[in-house]
Amino acid sequence: MATQLESDDQTSEDAFRTEVRQFLATNFPDELRCTGNMLAGLDGPTDENPVQKKWREAVGGRGWGTPTWPKEYGGGGLTKGQTRIIEHEFAKVGAYNPIGGMGVMMFGPTLLEYGDERQKLEHIPPICRGEIRWCQGYSEPNAGSDLANLQTFAVDKGDHYLVNGQKTWTSGGQWADKCFAIVRTDRSDKHKGISFMLIDMDAPGVEVRPITMISGTSPFCETFFTDVKVPKENLVGKEGQGWTIGKRLLQHERTNISGGGRLAGMMGQSLGDIAKKYCETGGDGALVNKVLRDKIADLEIRWNSFLLTARRAVEESKAQGGVSEISSVLKKVGTKLAQDRSELLIEIRGFQGLGWEGDEFGDDELEDVRGWLFGKAATIYGGSTEVQNNIIAKRVLGMLDHQ
Amino acid sequence: MAVLSEEQEMLRNMARDWATKESPVAEFRKVRAAGQPQAYNAYAYAAMAEMGWAGIIIPEAHGGSDFGFLSAGLVVEELGKTLTASPLVATTIAASAILLGGSDEQKAKWLPRLASGETVATLAVEEGTHCDTSAIETSVSGGKLTGKKAFVHEAHGASLFVVAAKDGLYLVEKGDGVSLTTRKLTDQRSHADIQFAGAAAEKLEGGGDSLLGDVLDRARVLSAAEMLGMAQAVFDTTLDYLKQRVQFNQVLATFQALQHRMADLFADLTQMRSAVEAGLQAVDSGFGVARAATIAKAEANRVLHAISNQGIQLHGGIGMTDEFNVGFYLKRARVLEASWGSSSYLKDRFARLSGY
Repeated sequence: MATQLESDDQTSEDAFRTEVRQFLATNFPDELRCTGNMLAGLDGPTDENPVQKKWREAVGGRGWGTPTWPKEYGGGGLTKGQTRIIEHEFAKVGAYNPIGGMGVMMFGPTLLEYGDERQKLEHIPPICRGEIRWCQGYSEPNAGSDLANLQTFAVDKGDHYLVNGQKTWTSGGQWADKCFAIVRTDRSDKHKGISFMLIDMDAPGVEVRPITMISGTSPFCETFFTDVKVPKENLVGKEGQGWTIGKRLLQHERTNISGGGRLAGMMGQSLGDIAKKYCETGGDGALVNKVLRDKIADLEIRWNSFLLTARRAVEESKAQGGVSEISSVLKKVGTKLAQDRSELLIEIRGFQGLGWEGDEFGDDELEDVRGWLFGKAATIYGGSTEVQNNIIAKRVLGMLDHQ
Repeated sequence: MAVLSEEQEMLRNMARDWATKESPVAEFRKVRAAGQPQAYNAYAYAAMAEMGWAGIIIPEAHGGSDFGFLSAGLVVEELGKTLTASPLVATTIAASAILLGGSDEQKAKWLPRLASGETVATLAVEEGTHCDTSAIETSVSGGKLTGKKAFVHEAHGASLFVVAAKDGLYLVEKGDGVSLTTRKLTDQRSHADIQFAGAAAEKLEGGGDSLLGDVLDRARVLSAAEMLGMAQAVFDTTLDYLKQRVQFNQVLATFQALQHRMADLFADLTQMRSAVEAGLQAVDSGFGVARAATIAKAEANRVLHAISNQGIQLHGGIGMTDEFNVGFYLKRARVLEASWGSSSYLKDRFARLSGY
């Protein structure tokens, strides 16, 4: 019986694989092979050429960019097994997933859980088609790690709220169409006075100013709200439920920062192989500088066990039907290792690994320098390493509240 | 924790139950006090074999259960938590050598005896102070093996040795031409230098050129499983202690400096568990074993080293006393870290396997 079921599964998987291959053969243009930036939804303007647009529409139309989301809201309605087939077949021909950004990574899953039917029907399909870009209105100048200290206030005006205040570190704010924000609707209770609402970025009274970072780029913005009208139907969940919903969204954010395809992609590029291009090797092909070689091996071993941990978290949460307790470790460890890796890459390349601009530097070299600088943010945003440590100590280890 | 089958869950629970009730650290204290060179309780090992633990990686045809390395690792981890002194790991490593390299005859002769606990066996590779397979001088001529092996685990209880010679692995029974010199190490378990002077030896002809390396990888993942249990036990004990100990009118667990240190150690322990379980699984699947075993033991070394040190530090003065158990873990930890490849050895091996 079990064998029969397995072989049925096998047959349907084979059929689906064929379908994906046919789809790619028909729709994926050769000129996009091995292009595409998984982070495009976060740190750049939306400037598609017609070929890219066509590819996005083809994938989005099937819901394959959000394969596990329900079909009735524009998702693929596929199983995890089918999703793996899509990822595998796309990777094989060098095709990227054109559907991404914060709508996919954080907001969509949260709205599917907490939104009402009308909100889901309105907001999820455009995310699946990659038509709407979302940004996150969370941090404020005085609400970083202490996020619940946020002061942006929404006054109830009957059929709408009137919002005043300032958000900061709004990733991609200057390119976003809409913002999911947590704002205060009640000053009498720190946590229960917070509500989760959706704000149009082109509404009158919304002003966005990009912030230039040490990496020279401006992926973050300050966002000012001055008497911004937000219709009541844009409240997600109930008034005062914002902290619960907002925290749930952060779990999605953490999982995305630490895990998944982005880090696995970096794995392909062995630091040892890079070092062999920049540093002297002996007759046996080994790096002559044994101290450097040791550092590289040390980092790569820890990197490997991190990837194994990420895989284990997925397997465990699948088996337990909930979030694995080790997910709290992933963000902390993954971001630290990525920073260590960037630092080591500089040591490997020497001055050539510190270029700011100029044709004498390769694209990869310049990108890695900017990545090294921008990567310093990874242990700060999405709950800093110190906040993660508090979470692990209190929630996982049951150590009492510090004072 | 890796996702386990129902049989594996049962096995793990049985081992946990037995180790907690029948073999707490107090039992290791008794073994130490008895001062016997074999340094384990023969009745306890008989009980373990009775429960099938000595035959977990051995095929059913030879008296085992054929549950594989991940299953063996589950049991070894539980025994590591209570520092159970036994030749289970040594015998399982030796069994893996016979499985990989033995003839049908050798398997039929030895595996049932290992599975039943009747015979204790161990691997003898090192000739110096470090893991170094390139420096083996032991040689065999006319079926007689001659050489000196150093720091052999569980040598006193063993009646069968799997010995690395220049041209491969050999089975040597304890008897004529085999003499032991006890080496007392800090873990107060059984270790000895062994002089083989023309001892009767039978080659393990199978397994190819990589046999010794393959067996050492199995030794690495099993030792790493023991180390995982030890690291988990020290971590849990330390966490409990921090929640009880009061200074400055508050329990230590409320101090953020200690909370964050424990969060760091928890992250390390999480990484270690992933690496060790993946190493055991790699042996079962037969895919990427060398690399996975190197990562497993390297992570086990790194993390147990840190946790065993912090276990003492966070316990404060009481952690320094013989009356308290945490010091036993520290002393056993360093012996296992040195076994089958120290951290520097393993990093060098990882770099070589990766081509730099």
